[in-house]
Amino acid sequence: MWEPEARYLNPQSLMLRRYSQYLLVLLSFVIIPASAHSQNDKFKGIVVNGVEKVRIAVADFKAATADPGNGALLTTFNQVLFSDLQNAGIFDVVSKSFNPLESPGSPQDVKLDAWGNPPTNAAMLAFGNLGVSNGSMAVYGWLYDVKNTVAPQVLGKQYREDATQDNARLIAHRFADEIIFRLGGGIPGIAESKVVFVSTRTGTKEIWMMDYDGYGEHQITHLGSVALSPRISPDSSRVAFVELGKRGVNIRMYSFDLNRLISFPTIGGTTISPAWAPDGLHLAFSSSRTGDPEIYVSTADGGDIKRVTQAHGPDVSPVWNPKTGAQIAWVSGRTGLPQIYTMESDGANVQRMTDGGYAVSPSWSPDGQWLTFAWKRNYGPGIPGGQDIYIMYVADKSWSQLTHDAGNNDFPSWSPDGRHIVFQSSRTGQTEIWSMLADGTEQHQLTHSGQNTQPNWSWK
Amino acid sequence: MKNHPCIHAITRRAATIAAMSLLLAVAGCKHPKPVTPPPPPPPPPAPTASITANPSTVNAGQPTQLTWQTENATDVSIEGIGKVQGNGSQTVTPTDSTTYRLTATGPGGTQDASARVTVTRPQPVQQQEQPPSLTDQQLFDRDVKDAYFDYDSFEVRQQDASILQADAQFLNQHPNWKITIEGHCDERGSTEYNMALGDSRAQSAKQALVSAGVSANRLNTISYGKEKPFCTESNEQCWQENRRAHLVLAGQ
Repeated sequence: MWEPEARYLNPQSLMLRRYSQYLLVLLSFVIIPASAHSQNDKFKGIVVNGVEKVRIAVADFKAATADPGNGALLTTFNQVLFSDLQNAGIFDVVSKSFNPLESPGSPQDVKLDAWGNPPTNAAMLAFGNLGVSNGSMAVYGWLYDVKNTVAPQVLGKQYREDATQDNARLIAHRFADEIIFRLGGGIPGIAESKVVFVSTRTGTKEIWMMDYDGYGEHQITHLGSVALSPRISPDSSRVAFVELGKRGVNIRMYSFDLNRLISFPTIGGTTISPAWAPDGLHLAFSSSRTGDPEIYVSTADGGDIKRVTQAHGPDVSPVWNPKTGAQIAWVSGRTGLPQIYTMESDGANVQRMTDGGYAVSPSWSPDGQWLTFAWKRNYGPGIPGGQDIYIMYVADKSWSQLTHDAGNNDFPSWSPDGRHIVFQSSRTGQTEIWSMLADGTEQHQLTHSGQNTQPNWSWK
Repeated sequence: MKNHPCIHAITRRAATIAAMSLLLAVAGCKHPKPVTPPPPPPPPPAPTASITANPSTVNAGQPTQLTWQTENATDVSIEGIGKVQGNGSQTVTPTDSTTYRLTATGPGGTQDASARVTVTRPQPVQQQEQPPSLTDQQLFDRDVKDAYFDYDSFEVRQQDASILQADAQFLNQHPNWKITIEGHCDERGSTEYNMALGDSRAQSAKQALVSAGVSANRLNTISYGKEKPFCTESNEQCWQENRRAHLVLAGQ
C-alpha cells in the first residue's frame, strides 16, 4: 500500500492528503459492519476489501526535569496515551515490547530507522517528554511519520497544567485526540468525552458520570429515589433525566455549570425518556399528560409543548437525528411488541424500521446514516437467547448484529466520533457498562461496581 | 406409752381451771350489787343509710360496684340482693337499667336509700353499617382489587374487566375518594419501554373505571415500570404478580 517513489517525491502536504484518503476508507471499514446482513452486497464487498489500520508506535515519554514528581505523572501519561490510541479503532498500536530500547525524549534523539524496521515496523511514532517544575507540568509531544526521512514531523504540541494526576490524564487525552484528528480523516477524537449512566452502587438508582474509558466515575445526583434515563446536552452543560419521586415521574435537569438541579416544569402524567435536539434548544420526550404515552417536543426549558405522535399504546425513547435535527427515531408498541420507528420531528412520514421481535432503545449515529438499538429478534415467553445490540443503515433498513451470546444487552449510545458504541450488558452476571467499536469488535467492560445501566455518550 | 404423763397433766390442769371458775361464780353471787337508779334510756337514734353505684352508667354485660354505709341499723337489706352487712360493697352486673334500693332498719326506725344503674346497649343495626374499627384504608384494601395483565400487553383481560367493574361500583359508593392507578411491569423487557408500558396499563385500567361510571378527575395514573416490583423472584408466578394496575387510595 505504501509507494516509495511517491513518498520520496511528495512533500508533507501531499503526504497528509494521502493519509486522509486512506483513513476515510478506514473509517468506512470501521463503521460498516463486518458481519452485515446478507441482503446487502455492499456490506460484504467492503469487508472483503478491508484495509489495514495505521501502525503507530508510542514511545514512553521521558522525564524532562529532575523533579521527583515526574515518575508517577509519567506512568499515568504513558498508560493513558497508549490506551487512547488503542481505543481509537483506527490504529494498529505496536506492543511496547516491540519498541526499540531507546525512547526518544525530543526530536534530536529520534532514530527513525529503529522504529521503521522490524520488529517495530511503525508507520507513525508518537514521543515526547514531561517535566515538573515549581508544581507546574510541561508536556511536549510529537508525532513523526517514520518513513518520511525528509520532513517527518506531523505534529508538535506543547501543554502546560498544574502537576496533578488528573491533568496528566487530561493532557494525554488531548494529545491522543490531536493524533486521532490528524490521522483519522479529520474527525475529532473522543478521549475527552464523557459517559453518563445510572448506577445502584449507593443503594438507589442515581445518575453518575465517567470518562469515556471508565476512569473517574463520580456521582451526579443524590436524590435517594429512582433516577433513570440520563441524557447529556449537546454542549455538555446539562443532563436531563427522569426521577420517580414522591410527586410522580418527571423530567429533571442538572446543570454542570451550577453543579445542582435547575428547575424544570412538571409536564403532567408520567413523563419519561428525554432526548436533546442537536441545536441544544429543544427536547423530545414521552408523556402521558393527555392519556396514553405519546412523544412530545418542547423547548429545552420545558415550554411550548407539542404532541407529535397519535397512536394507542406506548410511544417512548425518542432520539433526534444528530446530523439534521429534522427526524426522530423512537419506540412504539402500537402494533404489539415494541418496534423502532422514524418520523419527521413534526410527526409526519412515520416509517417502521424493524420487522418484528422486541426492538428498543434507539441511538442515532453522528452522521445520521445509522441507527443502533437493542433487539431480540425471536421474542416470546420461554424462547431462549438474549437481547443484542444491532446497527441498521437507515436508508435501506439493512442491519447487522454486533453482540452475540453475551447476556442481555441494551441502551446502545453512539460516540461523538461515530466509531464507538457504549451499551449495558449482563454477560458477567451483573449489568455493567461496556464499550465497543461500531463493528462489534474490541468489547471492553468499563464499570465494575453495582448495577450500571442506561449509558449515554456526550456529544463531544 | 411415753405420752401418758403429759395427757394426765393436761387433764388435771383443765379440771383445776373448771373448779376455780365455779368457785368464783359462787363467790360473785354472794356479793350484793350497789343499788343506783338507772338513767332514763335515751331515745334510740334513727338509722342512716346511703348507697352509690360506680360507675352509674355501664354498657350491657359490664359490671359496676355498689357501695353502701349505714348507722344504727340492725337489719340492712338491698332489694334484689337480700340481707347485707351494715357497711359494704358488692359488684353487680345488671342486664337492664336497675334501681338498687337499700333498707336499713334499727331500733330508731327505718331509712331507705337508692342508687340507679343505667345500662346502655349498642345499636346492633348501626354496627353492621359503620364498624368503628375499619378505616377507609382498610375498607379500600378489603374491597378494591388490582387488575393484572398478560405478558407485554396493556389490554385489560376479560376476568380483570369484571374486577375493575366491581372496583368501580365500590368507588362510586365513595365519591369523595381520590385514586391513584400505578402501572407495573415484570423484570423482563427494557427499563424505558417498561416505563411506558406500565403507563399504558394504568391508562387501560383508568379507561375501564371511567367506562363504569367513575369520574375521570378522581383517577390519577403513574407508571413505575419495573422499578418498584411487588415480587422479586424470576419466575412466571412472580412476573404475573408484577404485571398489574395497582389501585391506591390517594386521599379524599
